[in-house]
Amino acid sequence: MKKQKLVVVGNGMAGIRAVEELLKLAPDLYDITVFGAEPHGNYNRILLSPVLAGEMTINDIILNPLGWYADNGIRLHVGKTVTKIDRTARKVIASDGTEEEYDRLLLATGSMPFILPIPGRDLPGVISYRDIKDTDEMIATAATHKHAVVIGGGLLGLEAANGLKLRGMDVTVVHLMPWLMERQLDKSAADMLKTSLEARGLKFLLEKQTEALIRGESGRVCALRFKDGLEIPADLVVMAAGIRPNTALAESARLYCNRGIVVNDTMQTYDPRIYAVGECVAHRGIAYGLVAPLFEQAKVCANHLANFGIARYSGSVLSTKLKVTGIDLFSAGNFMGGEGTDEIVLNDPSGGVYKKLVLKNDTLVGAVLYGDTADGAWYFQLVKDAQNIHEIRDHLMFGQNHVGDVGHAGKTLAATLPDDAQVCGCNGVCKGDIVKAIKSQGLFTLDEVRKHTKASSSCGSCTGLVEQILASTVGGAYTPADTRDKPMCGCTDHSHGVVRQTIRERHLITIPEAMRYMEWKTPNGCPSCRPALNYYLISTWPGEAKDDPQSRFINERAHANIQKDGTYSVVPRMWGGLTTPSELRAIADVADKYKVPTVKMTGGARVDLLGIKKEDLPKVWADLGAAGMVSGHAYGKSIRTVKTCVGAEHCRFGTQRSMAMGVKLEKMLFGMWSPHKVKLAVSGCPRNCAEAGIKDIGVIGVDAGYELYVAGNGGIKTEVAEFLCKVKSDEEVMEYSGAFLQLYREEGYYLERTCHYVARVGLDHVKKIVVEDATKRKELYERLLFALQDYEDPWQAAVAKPAVRREYEVIRIKEVAAEVVS
Amino acid sequence: MSGWIKVCALDEIAPQGSRVVASSQGDIAIFRTADDGVFGLHDKCPHKGGPLSQGIVHGDTVTCPLHGFKIGLKDGEAVAPDKGCARRFEVKLDGGAVWLQLT
Repeated sequence: MKKQKLVVVGNGMAGIRAVEELLKLAPDLYDITVFGAEPHGNYNRILLSPVLAGEMTINDIILNPLGWYADNGIRLHVGKTVTKIDRTARKVIASDGTEEEYDRLLLATGSMPFILPIPGRDLPGVISYRDIKDTDEMIATAATHKHAVVIGGGLLGLEAANGLKLRGMDVTVVHLMPWLMERQLDKSAADMLKTSLEARGLKFLLEKQTEALIRGESGRVCALRFKDGLEIPADLVVMAAGIRPNTALAESARLYCNRGIVVNDTMQTYDPRIYAVGECVAHRGIAYGLVAPLFEQAKVCANHLANFGIARYSGSVLSTKLKVTGIDLFSAGNFMGGEGTDEIVLNDPSGGVYKKLVLKNDTLVGAVLYGDTADGAWYFQLVKDAQNIHEIRDHLMFGQNHVGDVGHAGKTLAATLPDDAQVCGCNGVCKGDIVKAIKSQGLFTLDEVRKHTKASSSCGSCTGLVEQILASTVGGAYTPADTRDKPMCGCTDHSHGVVRQTIRERHLITIPEAMRYMEWKTPNGCPSCRPALNYYLISTWPGEAKDDPQSRFINERAHANIQKDGTYSVVPRMWGGLTTPSELRAIADVADKYKVPTVKMTGGARVDLLGIKKEDLPKVWADLGAAGMVSGHAYGKSIRTVKTCVGAEHCRFGTQRSMAMGVKLEKMLFGMWSPHKVKLAVSGCPRNCAEAGIKDIGVIGVDAGYELYVAGNGGIKTEVAEFLCKVKSDEEVMEYSGAFLQLYREEGYYLERTCHYVARVGLDHVKKIVVEDATKRKELYERLLFALQDYEDPWQAAVAKPAVRREYEVIRIKEVAAEVVS
Repeated sequence: MSGWIKVCALDEIAPQGSRVVASSQGDIAIFRTADDGVFGLHDKCPHKGGPLSQGIVHGDTVTCPLHGFKIGLKDGEAVAPDKGCARRFEVKLDGGAVWLQLT
């Protein structure tokens, strides 16, 4: 089938976004041609302010380089202005005579700066602030001239003024209204903003009407005169007094325009073959000048161009942030309030904080934040969702962290945001989208997140929040922007995540194979990567990959803990912490027989025999084995102990049989290798005598069953376990715990404790799989049981196999006899 | 000058593993590398006396299990930035057996 022809007039952010969205939905539907009046590819107009301020360069703000157009088969005419649409012949004609036919036409002609109709407006040195050319001129002027006047105290004007000030000019902002940014701020917030900008050296003249611009001797503008007669010097005048939709082309084609090209909810103009998006558009009587609505429009437009026909644009609730570094300002919705609304206000002028929340009928309808905008995204979400806030009204002002029980201190805002909270207002990206991309694509840097999700790629004001989300999602693996994903060790350039993934994807089952495939730089690794590789292989391919004892630390190789004097400590397993007189007798006998200097209880409630010589280890194991005991794995990156209290079996408070539960869990997990050591505890009641609150898995008996907690740690830094879910039966405890541990075994990085693992991937991720998805939970549980089946007690194995036993034997030589032989 | 003493068959040492030989000069760790090189060092890390025989062998290096000192098998020297030296013993491979020379 012959492709249809789509012509896009306007190479700006709205038009190209519509094309991008269309390519996602229907990449082969159209032959696409784009006309752009400017001589560049598509760039991020909102970031002109940081460019002017010297914080970024033009190259940083290019969204689609010319190669992108070529890669996607898009014909691009740059530097050509379309001057005519022939709707009968269905073609557009540019000023240089270029003609293109269309089946569908998309107008994205943007807006024009509003130039005050005053004498002197055409003088050299009088410019608007709209594109790269204007920005370049402002930068050049700042290098040679002193006085700048910005007409307009709105968002754009203030950003221009700030940039010029940073470029060294003496800047005065002239504003017609009684306060700055009157369309985004109330007077209190605007006054604080003004004070803070004045502290940076900006000057303000409010409620001043400009009468004329005065020509200097050089022919360039030299001063500005107000209606009241005051004159101020001006080598550069920036008009930032607003924008007007650029409708000239549409009007010349006799499309209906009224303060913009009028479109319906599907972004079609009065000619249904012709769509329009962006600042040139009037939708339900509103022309938007911020980027978020334009992108929403682009998405709807693309949906219809792709013949899907189900999307609808119904207008946008706006939020604003000022892109002046160091000034935190946020507003959203109806922040002015009025009839039928309540206002909650926090005003601390000397502290530099002002917050106003506007409420109507138990919903939040608008907010202004100055000085502390951390909760902006949350408030904006409440406004957009029109969520009933009756329950949290008392705490609303104090932010999301003060609403209800949100867990333990030290969590960033990002970790507590719900998945559907919008993070990037420009691109309409929610937290969930970002987290999903990070996990599914294995993203680790801000740049990657920008590439994959577009979040933080437009105005950049959400960058901090995106970084927080990144950090809370990938935890220790998060690498701040511009540094590479941290390699596992000096032997490789690959990170733990990449290595794990490659082993799984390429079905690698031996260490040499993995090293060869991933181009290891050393012949056989080092003590840091080899144990990790060994673990990844055996945990990913149980039954296939063979354990390599030489890639294990001596503790795991000798199934006992090495001590400072080179002796070893041996811990027999006591299931659930239970033992018997005969076991204790056997332990006592071993202690006597091998002259064990120290016998003590471990933190996990097991008996530790310290000070055993390596060559005695097999004999000790054989004796303990004869009494029915097996290895306690007190030495491994493995299941250590399941600590229990006496529970309902004996305790007058106990609600569940915690000893029995603990024994069952420990028997199930016997022989489980994991990224790091794993400890469990089962308490029979919330008094928690087994200290379940700081274990990798804590099981707490309650009347109706058990509460499960995960990711606690009593180690270097105590981490309180997080609540996972409630379950009813012992079987469920096994299944949920097993599934969580298997997830950790499959996704954790070597030497990453569960608390760090959960911090990295997010508890939500864990809950989604282990709690909410019964199928995945069962699969995980089965994979765990599969990996653990037929696990042999390492003590028995070592005792039984002469080849293994040999490692423990010391070779004794006859030195004198040898001399004779030689 | 004493002669060569037969210690064990090469097969009795795991690749990338070691065996301990008790001698009048103290315990000697005999290492076998991945490419079947054999080396002998006094089984005491120059740092805090850890048993080098129990460390992980990688390349021509062993890492002490106590505090991670890396010792070169060929010369017994600690890998920079660490300093120290473990005494080296002459070891050779002959007819599938490992031989040690005590001086």
